[in-house]
Amino acid sequence: MVKKVRLPLTDETLAELKAGDQVSLTGVIYVARDAAHKRMSDALDRGEPLPFDIREQTIYYMGPAPAKPGQVIGSAGPTTSGRMDAFSPRLIAQGLKGMIGKGMRSPAVKDAIKKHKAIYLASVGGAAALISKSIKKSEVIAYKELGAEAILRLEVKDFPAIVINDIYGGDLYQEGKTKYRIAA
Amino acid sequence: MRNISAQEITRTVARLCQEANYFLPEDVMNSLKKARQNEESQLGQQTLDQILDNAKLAQEEQVALCQDCGTTVVYLEAGQDVHITGGDLYQAVNEGVRQGYDKGYLRKSMVTQPFSERVNTRDNTPAVIHTDIVPGNTLKITVLPKGGGGENMTRLFMLTPARGRPGIVDSVVQAVDEAGSNPCPPVVVGVGIGGTAEKTLLLAKKAILREVGKPSPDREVAKLEKDLLQRINALGIGPQGFGGRTTALAVHIEVFPAHIASLPVAVALQCHSARHKEAIL
Repeated sequence: MVKKVRLPLTDETLAELKAGDQVSLTGVIYVARDAAHKRMSDALDRGEPLPFDIREQTIYYMGPAPAKPGQVIGSAGPTTSGRMDAFSPRLIAQGLKGMIGKGMRSPAVKDAIKKHKAIYLASVGGAAALISKSIKKSEVIAYKELGAEAILRLEVKDFPAIVINDIYGGDLYQEGKTKYRIAA
Repeated sequence: MRNISAQEITRTVARLCQEANYFLPEDVMNSLKKARQNEESQLGQQTLDQILDNAKLAQEEQVALCQDCGTTVVYLEAGQDVHITGGDLYQAVNEGVRQGYDKGYLRKSMVTQPFSERVNTRDNTPAVIHTDIVPGNTLKITVLPKGGGGENMTRLFMLTPARGRPGIVDSVVQAVDEAGSNPCPPVVVGVGIGGTAEKTLLLAKKAILREVGKPSPDREVAKLEKDLLQRINALGIGPQGFGGRTTALAVHIEVFPAHIASLPVAVALQCHSARHKEAIL
């Protein structure tokens, strides 16, 4: 069963989501990947505000393909989240509630997810053309000069994702592997 | 001697870049369909369905299968009786990449000076080009858009010869296990054995271009491929790492003789979007 989730994420919503749940997200998500995370981190170092109010928000680790004429956005699947691990605990402490990407997170990120009650979701890597259909609006809101790495504000409807790390310490990557592993 | 013009090479590379990024090869599709039938995990089945639906959609709409349109790796097999006219061969290839990625609405992912400025080159050049000189009077061009997620999980093991076959099995299984969900499983596992460090990495990378699941013509190597696939699919990682039976679609091994002191093993992981396209001029 797919759970319908409205964004931004509230504590009540997060309490209901567990590792392995399939969700469909509707609302606003922000897009940022490697270079944008570095810049946001540098901004915090200088005591400057982030380019958007991050509280209760969700960041999608993604850099889209260019939109063809008539498209809202080009293919738009997740990138490997681990590269953002160095920056994520700091953003979670600032109030970030949701992260969407693919691949494993570091112990520090998982600890921050539990401590500050946030969530890590995966969308299917490589299903980028399909995922782009759930994106209804896309605009660049910061770091335009980064091109495919600029920060975007997306409006999504029924964006498909799977809960990997929940507020209770659940971890689908661990649980899934353990369930299907056959001893050598 | 046969003349091939630089312009024709540019046109061909541009077309191959687009086709590789829009159309998942038939052998990959068939392998994914077979995996869907055999997958026990419900999440795994749904994930494979999404991957197959995505491939159909990308083909119909001629859009990128994945937003990561890769580093453009280009293999050239140049017949020794070919003469390139009207321009520089590598410039012609890079111009093809430039045109293909621009006109094809493909993402440009290359950055300059990778440890400091990292400014996007805005046309996905330079391509990574490997050239072999072979007998004949044709030019074979293979375009492999290699995504960053899988590429970052590449491993090289310089084993001692004493570790032999069991050492190879342990190393390859370890590489796939540690990569986990990162390289977008189900993956095609390319393995190079032998040669020198750089030779075995080239073998591993080239092995992922083989028709998915086609065994090595060498019986002993084919048996090792089969055993490795079984061990890898017992890891439980599954499609996208959500847990399941399909962690790899295939293991392809290429072997080269090695120095008396060496047993190099390289593992190249290709994501399920196993894109590549060839042409012969």
